[in-house]
Amino acid sequence: MSVEQQYIDLFKQHKSLIFDKSSPVLNEVREEAFANFERMGFPTDKQEDFLYTNLSKVFEQDYGMNLKGLDIPVDPYEVFHCGVPGINSHLYFVVNDQFFHNQTYKSTLPEGVLIGSLKDYANSHPELVKKYYAKIAETNKDSTVAFNTAFAEDGFFLYVPKGVIIEKPIQLINVMRADVNLMANSRNLVIIEEGAQAKLLVCAHTMDYNNFLCNRVTEVYLGENAHYEHYKLENTHDKMVNIGSLYVDQQAKSSLVVNEVTLHNGLTRNNVTITLNGEHAQTILCGMGIGDKAEHIDNHTFIHHAKPNCTSKELYKYVLNDSSKGAFAGKILVAKDAQKTEAVQTNKNICMTKEARMQTKPQLEIYADDVKCSHGATVGQLDEEALFYLRSRGISEHEAKMLLMYAFVDDVIENINVQALKDNIRMLVEKRFRGELDDCKGCGSCS
Amino acid sequence: MAENTDNILNEVTQGEYKYGFSSDIETDYIPKGLNEDTVRMISSKKNEPEWLLEFRLKAYRNWTTMQMPKWPQLTIPEIDYQEIYFYASPTKKEGPKSLDEVDPELLKTFDKLGIPLHEQKALSGMAVDAVMDSVSVKTTFKESLAELGIIFCSFSDAVKDYPELVQKYMGTVVPYNDNYFAALNSAVFSDGSFIYIPKGVRCPMELSTYFRINALKTGQFERTLIIADDDAYVSYLEGCTAPMRDENQLHAAIVEIITHERAEVKYSTVQNWYPGDKQGKGGIYNFVTKRGLCKGDHSKISWTQVETGSAITWKYPSCILRGDYSVGEFYSVAVTNNYQQADTGTKMIHLGKNTRSHIVSKGISAGHGQNSYRGLVKVVAKAENARNYSQCDSLLLGDKCGAHTFPYMDVHNETAIVEHEATTSKISEDQVFYCNQRGISTEDAIGLIVNGYAKEVLNKLPMEFAVEAQKLLQISLEGSVG
Repeated sequence: MSVEQQYIDLFKQHKSLIFDKSSPVLNEVREEAFANFERMGFPTDKQEDFLYTNLSKVFEQDYGMNLKGLDIPVDPYEVFHCGVPGINSHLYFVVNDQFFHNQTYKSTLPEGVLIGSLKDYANSHPELVKKYYAKIAETNKDSTVAFNTAFAEDGFFLYVPKGVIIEKPIQLINVMRADVNLMANSRNLVIIEEGAQAKLLVCAHTMDYNNFLCNRVTEVYLGENAHYEHYKLENTHDKMVNIGSLYVDQQAKSSLVVNEVTLHNGLTRNNVTITLNGEHAQTILCGMGIGDKAEHIDNHTFIHHAKPNCTSKELYKYVLNDSSKGAFAGKILVAKDAQKTEAVQTNKNICMTKEARMQTKPQLEIYADDVKCSHGATVGQLDEEALFYLRSRGISEHEAKMLLMYAFVDDVIENINVQALKDNIRMLVEKRFRGELDDCKGCGSCS
Repeated sequence: MAENTDNILNEVTQGEYKYGFSSDIETDYIPKGLNEDTVRMISSKKNEPEWLLEFRLKAYRNWTTMQMPKWPQLTIPEIDYQEIYFYASPTKKEGPKSLDEVDPELLKTFDKLGIPLHEQKALSGMAVDAVMDSVSVKTTFKESLAELGIIFCSFSDAVKDYPELVQKYMGTVVPYNDNYFAALNSAVFSDGSFIYIPKGVRCPMELSTYFRINALKTGQFERTLIIADDDAYVSYLEGCTAPMRDENQLHAAIVEIITHERAEVKYSTVQNWYPGDKQGKGGIYNFVTKRGLCKGDHSKISWTQVETGSAITWKYPSCILRGDYSVGEFYSVAVTNNYQQADTGTKMIHLGKNTRSHIVSKGISAGHGQNSYRGLVKVVAKAENARNYSQCDSLLLGDKCGAHTFPYMDVHNETAIVEHEATTSKISEDQVFYCNQRGISTEDAIGLIVNGYAKEVLNKLPMEFAVEAQKLLQISLEGSVG
């Protein structure tokens, strides 16, 4: 039986259960998404977009799925106490694939803001959710997204109405908690209306050392003049597979910051698709991957300049140790009439050992003439001269290396606008390089 | 200024393809279409030995199982292989012994092309092998080269005279099943050039081949094999032209280069196949597999190409750097105008220790042209201290063209340093204004800027070609800024 077949059977058998456990709005697109998945199957490394990561293999493992939506006997608010010093945030949890409802936690948010379970809001505000849900996620192109759309029952929902500014960052923690091998498909939907502002910090964590697979899809809509920051921090263990797909649609004059940091994970595959759909929109897209052992980090990004006068800046950095593998694919597409586009893409990587491997594929596809676009990619090692300079000043080789690696990734961290988070990530990265951060437990952000 | 530049644009893009004459030469075809019999027929027409026929058949059978690849950033209309003549040659009774015996029409053709086929033109110091349609017509300077032990002859002669060399090296760099067009070429290739430079010999002159497709509806499938033995050096030039025709014609060639220890091969191409008319009708499909193997330590292969012709260009001259300290270089200028499409670039495979590669690619798109750079730099785990630097720039002239960059980097060694840089821009109004202000007309200014932009690559061309290439660039482009 093929890998796909067991999931196809599973879906067919439990269709009514999935429908029942979710909301009609989410169910509307389910069948079509499933048909797409059936047609495409899981992506393999024979496909250009998955050249460096064979996801089909990942799904071969036997995972359970909590389709029945059984309650998990854990109260994350009890277990997790946010350890980011000074980060005063609104805190929410998605445990496995369900939004965690708590009775006691109350945060004060501006009027009109909706935040909570996607399923609940799909029931209570069907028109709003229906207008945006599964509109930009490419269920007909990416089969993992189709798979998610077919199986996801719940997730996180954020709606910031026109002109409302949420000052404090919102923190969403995806926790994996199970005594068996488990797969979670959850779905996030973020709507930032005209002139509104919000910051979201998404953390991936595990509470158990089992084989986990997370396949999460996030859709973000930014209205005119909206401002949104999306930070993602992965700090789990080597039995964890994280597939994250982020789709953003930006209207005129909106600005976006995305920063994805992978500190610890078994296999990471991040897809980021950003469409600049209005003039004078701005995007900063950053990412960092620190790999050791047999970790595998693959970032796949696509920035689509659909309208003129937009700017985008992209920066990804990797440090690879042991036999870890890094992959980066970045594409910038400038549409025919998107004149005066400015797009800069940079990908820099350091391989620390012979076994480490980096594969990179920066791409430009340009159909307009009055543009300034550039990309640069390098793979190398630490600068001998800089190392010598430090050593000649009495710094040990080990310490000098630490300093240089730390400095190397720092310009990614520099793009984080929440000071408390920036400090914390600096601290985590340093711990990570020093080998003091083994897994989730060492992470201060939510210990 | 806009109106003015538009005028210039029109003038320039209407510049006719000056090589578009066709020669009235009796041509010997074999029936069109492709099947095993065609392959056998080509082989028997050329009196080939059994092993070569076997090689062709193997390639043909493999080709039938293959599919036209879909990955390039090109729109290629369906090619009907049954409508193509796979073999056409100027009829000849006996191989010409001297120039007097060569068909005078043919000589006129080469005169028009400005090829120094006549020995009188020996001053230009180039040895030329001219390939018309599929057959090598005349190789000059054969004797004086032979004194040094250099073999420079048509591929068919090489099969007859030096079968052991051909058998030893053919298909070792580009195997018969390498890709769709390589398989096709391996099955039906008709002729080409063969070069062998013996140990320690530095070839005293530039060797050159001119390719010309003359007959209607034919495909040209030539095959070039260059072997440089230890400490040898050769610089080789290749030029191509074709008459203007409404139909698309297919050109699928293979070039293989092998360099032994400390040997160096410099391979330069000025590709000026007929690009089709302003509506994108006609033109040559140029699907070429070029690959060099730096077999010995300290060997070097350098590719330089100026691609101004062809309706569709699809070629990736590559280097396999197997020897320690071997060097691969790739310098390219690709121009697409009107409805031309180009998907070109290189592969640098670092296998040996301390290997180095350098890539400079300059794309220029105008009109509705689409220009892509596609390249791979691969460093395997054993390739200690590999070093690569790539630079690909694109220049856009006009708002209907496209420029794309698809570099791939695969690094599996911590001592490697691989760098890639790419920029895309247009000629800025400031630059043109600056020149205007100093009394340089817009047309000249653009010529200056484009030539300056491509200079890094043009400088790598041998003298004889650099002049031609510069002119070609001017003809293909000058003034077409929008």
